[in-house]
Amino acid sequence: MYHAIVFLPLLGAIIAALIALAGARARHPGGPPGIGAENHAHGPVDESHARAAPAPHGAHAVLDASHSEPEALEPPAAGSRSAELVTTVFLFAAMLLSWLAFADVGFGHHDSRVTLFPWIISGELKVDWALRIDTLTAVMFVVVTTISAFVHLYSIGYMEEDPHRPRFFSYLSLFTFAMLMLVTADNLVQLFFGWEGVGLMSYLLIGFWYHKPEANAAAIKAFIVNRVGDFGFSLGIFAAFMMTGALDLDTVFAQAPALTGKTIHFLSWDVDALTLICLLLFMGAMGKSAQFLLHTWLPDAMEGPTPVSALIHAATMVTAGVFMVARLSPLFDLAPAAQAFVTFIGATTAFFTATIALVQNDIKRIIAYSTCSQLGYMFVAMGTGAYSIGMFHLFTHAFFKALLFLGSGSVIIAMHHEQDIRHMGGLKDKLPLTYWTMVIGTLALTGFPLTAGYFSKDAIIEAAYVSSNPIALYGFGATVIAAALTAFYSWRLIFLTFHGTPHDHHHYDAARESPLVMVLPLGFLAAGSIFAGYPFRELFAGHDVVDFFGDSLKFAAGSHLLEEMHHIPLLIGMAPTVMMAIGFVVAWEFYIRRPELPAELARQQEPLYKFLLNKWYFDEIYDFLIVRPTLWLARALWKYGDGWTIDGLGPDGISARVLDVTRGAVRLQTGYLYHYAFAMLIGVAALITWFMFGARAG
Amino acid sequence: MTIGLGHYLTVGAILFTIGIFGIFLNRKNVIIILMSIELILLAVNVNLVAFSAFLGDLVGQVYALLVLTVAAAEAAIGLAILVAYYRNRGSIAVEDINLMKG
Amino acid sequence: MLFPALFFYLFAGVCISAAIMVIAARNPVHSVLFLILAFVNAAALFILLGAEFLAMILIIVYVGAVLVLFLFVVMMLDVDFAELRQGFLQYLPIGAFLGAILLIELVLVLVGWTIGPNAQQMVAAPIPPAASALNAQALGHVLYTRYVYFFQAAGVVLLVAMVGAIVLTLRHKPHVKRQNIAEQIARTKANAIEIVKVRPGQGL
Repeated sequence: MYHAIVFLPLLGAIIAALIALAGARARHPGGPPGIGAENHAHGPVDESHARAAPAPHGAHAVLDASHSEPEALEPPAAGSRSAELVTTVFLFAAMLLSWLAFADVGFGHHDSRVTLFPWIISGELKVDWALRIDTLTAVMFVVVTTISAFVHLYSIGYMEEDPHRPRFFSYLSLFTFAMLMLVTADNLVQLFFGWEGVGLMSYLLIGFWYHKPEANAAAIKAFIVNRVGDFGFSLGIFAAFMMTGALDLDTVFAQAPALTGKTIHFLSWDVDALTLICLLLFMGAMGKSAQFLLHTWLPDAMEGPTPVSALIHAATMVTAGVFMVARLSPLFDLAPAAQAFVTFIGATTAFFTATIALVQNDIKRIIAYSTCSQLGYMFVAMGTGAYSIGMFHLFTHAFFKALLFLGSGSVIIAMHHEQDIRHMGGLKDKLPLTYWTMVIGTLALTGFPLTAGYFSKDAIIEAAYVSSNPIALYGFGATVIAAALTAFYSWRLIFLTFHGTPHDHHHYDAARESPLVMVLPLGFLAAGSIFAGYPFRELFAGHDVVDFFGDSLKFAAGSHLLEEMHHIPLLIGMAPTVMMAIGFVVAWEFYIRRPELPAELARQQEPLYKFLLNKWYFDEIYDFLIVRPTLWLARALWKYGDGWTIDGLGPDGISARVLDVTRGAVRLQTGYLYHYAFAMLIGVAALITWFMFGARAG
Repeated sequence: MTIGLGHYLTVGAILFTIGIFGIFLNRKNVIIILMSIELILLAVNVNLVAFSAFLGDLVGQVYALLVLTVAAAEAAIGLAILVAYYRNRGSIAVEDINLMKG
Repeated sequence: MLFPALFFYLFAGVCISAAIMVIAARNPVHSVLFLILAFVNAAALFILLGAEFLAMILIIVYVGAVLVLFLFVVMMLDVDFAELRQGFLQYLPIGAFLGAILLIELVLVLVGWTIGPNAQQMVAAPIPPAASALNAQALGHVLYTRYVYFFQAAGVVLLVAMVGAIVLTLRHKPHVKRQNIAEQIARTKANAIEIVKVRPGQGL
C-alpha cells in the first residue's frame, strides 16, 4: 500500500511527461536530422509559427501588466485530456490510500519500515531507499495527497486554455512524488533527495510559463534562495554524519543523547555539536519555508500558476521545513539554544510578514505573505517543543490556505487574469460559491471560534505562553499581535474583492462563476477548514497525543507543555480571539464604513506605508549587500581572473607574444639587397672577432 | 723606404673595405653594387699577387688568373640579370627592389 | 730606391681615390670610368710586383671587356643621375662603427703577423729567376701542367656564363619570321593540306 501511495504519482508523472514529449515532437518536428524526413517541409513552418505565437503574446503582456497570462494563442497540446485524467485519477487513488494509512498507522499503530532498494554502499556508509511509515508520515501523507489531488482536479479547470497541460500535470505529479519521498525518508540522504526534488519542481513550476521573463527570474530567485538554505542543510547532514557515523534516522536518534555536551572544533572555536547540527539543518528549513531572511522568494513565486501556489507554496513544499524539524525532534529537543533560535525566527517572521501583507495589492501576494506568517507560527510551536501542535497547524493550514489560493484563482479566472484587488469589487453576487468558500477560509485563517484554525492557532499561542524557552515570551507577543494583523489583512482582501462597488466594470460584467471542476475542490477544502480542527484536537494537541504519535515525535518537553496549557488564565486564552475581533472591526471600518480612510492614512504615514509596501526593503538590501557584490566579484573574476590572467598567460597571451616576435622578425626581411649585405657584413665582423678573441686556444 | 708586403696588403684591405661599403651604402642603383663587387675581387687579386711576389710562389698568380676568369663570368651574368630585371620592372633603383620583402 | 716607393704611392693613391669615387660619383658613367682608372692603376701595381702578364691580362680582359660591358649596360639602361639620397646618412654611423672594427682587426693582424718559418719550404711553384723565363712563360709552365684541370674548369665557367647571358636576355622580336626547323620537318599531310570539294564552276 505504501508503495502505491508513493509511486502512483511518479507513474502518473512519467505518463504525462511522455505525452508531453510526444506532443512537443508533433508540434516541432524539425528535430535531429534524418528523423522524421517527411516532416522536414513542415519544420520551418512550425518554427515560424512558434515564433509568431510569443510575439502577439508579448504585445498582450505589454498591455496588461498585472495579468498572469497563459499562452492563449497556441493550440492545446495533443493528449492533454488523457494526461490530466491519468494523473488526477492516480492522485485520488493515492489520497484514498493515504486516509486508510492514516487510520491504520495512527489508530492501529502499525508503524513500519519498508526497504525499497539499496542506494549507496561505500565503505562503512550504507544508505538505502527506504520508506519510514509512522504517524508523522501518515499525517503528511494525508496532507500532501489530499491537497495534491484536489489541486490536480482544480487545474483541469484552471489550466483549460493552456497549451502545455501535459507538462504541467507531469510536473505537479512529479512534485507530489518528491514530497512523498521527503516525508517517507528513513535517512538524511533520502530526505535531502526529496528536499532537492521539491526545490527543482518548484523551479520548474514557477517558471512554467517560461516565455515570461518575470517568471524565469522568479524561478531562479526561488531556486537560489533555496540553495542558500540547502547549503546549510547539507552542512548539517555532514555534521550529523561526522558526529554519529551514520545517516539513517534510527541510528542518529539513538546516538543523539550521547552527543550532548560534545563539541565540534571549527577554526578556533568549539561549538556545541548538537546545537550546530540543529542550527544548520534549520537553515535549510528557513530557506525552504521562507522564513525571515530567506523569505524573499515566496512572494515572487506567485508568478507561477495559481494551482502551483496552492499546492507548493501553501500546503506542501513550504511545510517541508516544518516537517523536517518535527521529524528531527529528537535532535532538536537536545539543543535548547537551537530551539530558541527557531522560535525567534518563527516569531519574527510571523510578525513582519503580516505587516507587509497589510498593504499589498496583488491578491496572491497577500495570501503568500500570509503563508509566510503562518509558517512562522508553526516554527514558534516547534521551537517551544510542542511539535505536535506545530504539526496540527500544518495540517489545518494546508486546508484553508490551499482553499484561499484556489479561491483567489477562481477570482482571477473570472476577472480574466486581473490580480490587483483594487480593480475588483462587488464580486460576491457574481461568484457566490467562491465568495462563501473564501469567507470560510478566512474565518479559519483568522481563528474564528470552532473553525479548524481556531484550535491549531490558539494552541500555538498558548504553548508559546507557557513554554520555558527563553524566547517564548517574545514568540507569544509576536504571534498575538500577528493575529490581529492577520485578521485585518484577510478581511481587507475579502472586502476589497467581494464587497463594495466594482472598479472595473468591463471585467466585472464578464465575470462568471467557475466550473464545477474548480468549485468542487473549493467546497471540499472549505469543509476541511471547518472539520479538520475539532475532531483532531485531542489527537494533536490534547490527551491522545502521545498515544497517537508514538515514537514519531519527541515529547520530553511537549507533554509537560500540554498539561500546563490547560492552566493558563482565561484572559490569555481569549487573547487571540480578541485580537481577531479587533482586526475584523478595523478592517470593517476601513473598507466598508469609511473607504476613504486607508488612502488618507497612507498619505499621512507615507514613509511607513512605503516601508511596508516595499517589503521592508529586503530585496533592495539584498541586492545592495549580496547581489551586486557577487556580480561585481563574478565580473572581476571573469574579466581579470579568467580573461586577463589565465587567458593572458595562456592561449591568448602566448599567441599574442608569438605574433609580436614574428612581427619583429619579419622586419628583418626588408627585401633590400643592401640590408642583406649589411647583415652579412655584420656577421663577418662578428665571426672574425670571435675567431680572433674567442677561440684563443685555436 | 722599402715597400714591403704590408704596404700592398694595406692597399688591398682598403680597396676591400671600399667595395664593402659600396654595397650597402649606396642607394642609387644596382650597377654600383656590381662595381663594388668588382672592387672587392680586385682587392683579392692584389692580395694574392702581393703574396705571390713576396713568397716567390707562382701559385698566387695562377690563382689570381682563375679569379679573374670567374669575376668576368660573374660580371657578365650579373649584368644579364640586371638587364632582364630592368626590362621587367623598369627601374634599377635599389630602393625599388624589395620583392623579397616578407 | 726612391722611385719604386714613389711610384708605388702614386699608383696606390690614385687607385684608392678612384675606388672611392666609384661609389661616390653621381653619374653612373663616371662611376664606370673611375673603376677603369682604378683597374689600370692596379695593373701598374701588379707590374711593380713583377706580374706583368697578369697586369696586361687585367687591362685587356677586365678593363677592355668587362668594364666596357658595364659601360654598355649603363648606357643601355639609361640610368638617371642620382642625387645622394637621404638614406646614405642613416647607415653611416653603424657602417663607420663596423668599418672601425674591421680596421682594428686588420691592424692587429698586420702588426702581429709574421711569415711562418717553414713558409719557404711550402712554396708550391717557385718563381724562376727573371733571367731564365718571362712571367708569361713561367705561368704557362705551371698552368698547363699542374693546374690544367682548374684551367679547363675555368673554361667551362666561361662557357656557362656565355650561355647563361644569352638565355637570360634573349628576346625574340614578335614579328620576325624565322625558320623553325623542327616544325618544318614534322610536317605531315594532315596539317599541310586541306582537301576541299569544289563544285565545277563554283570557285573556292
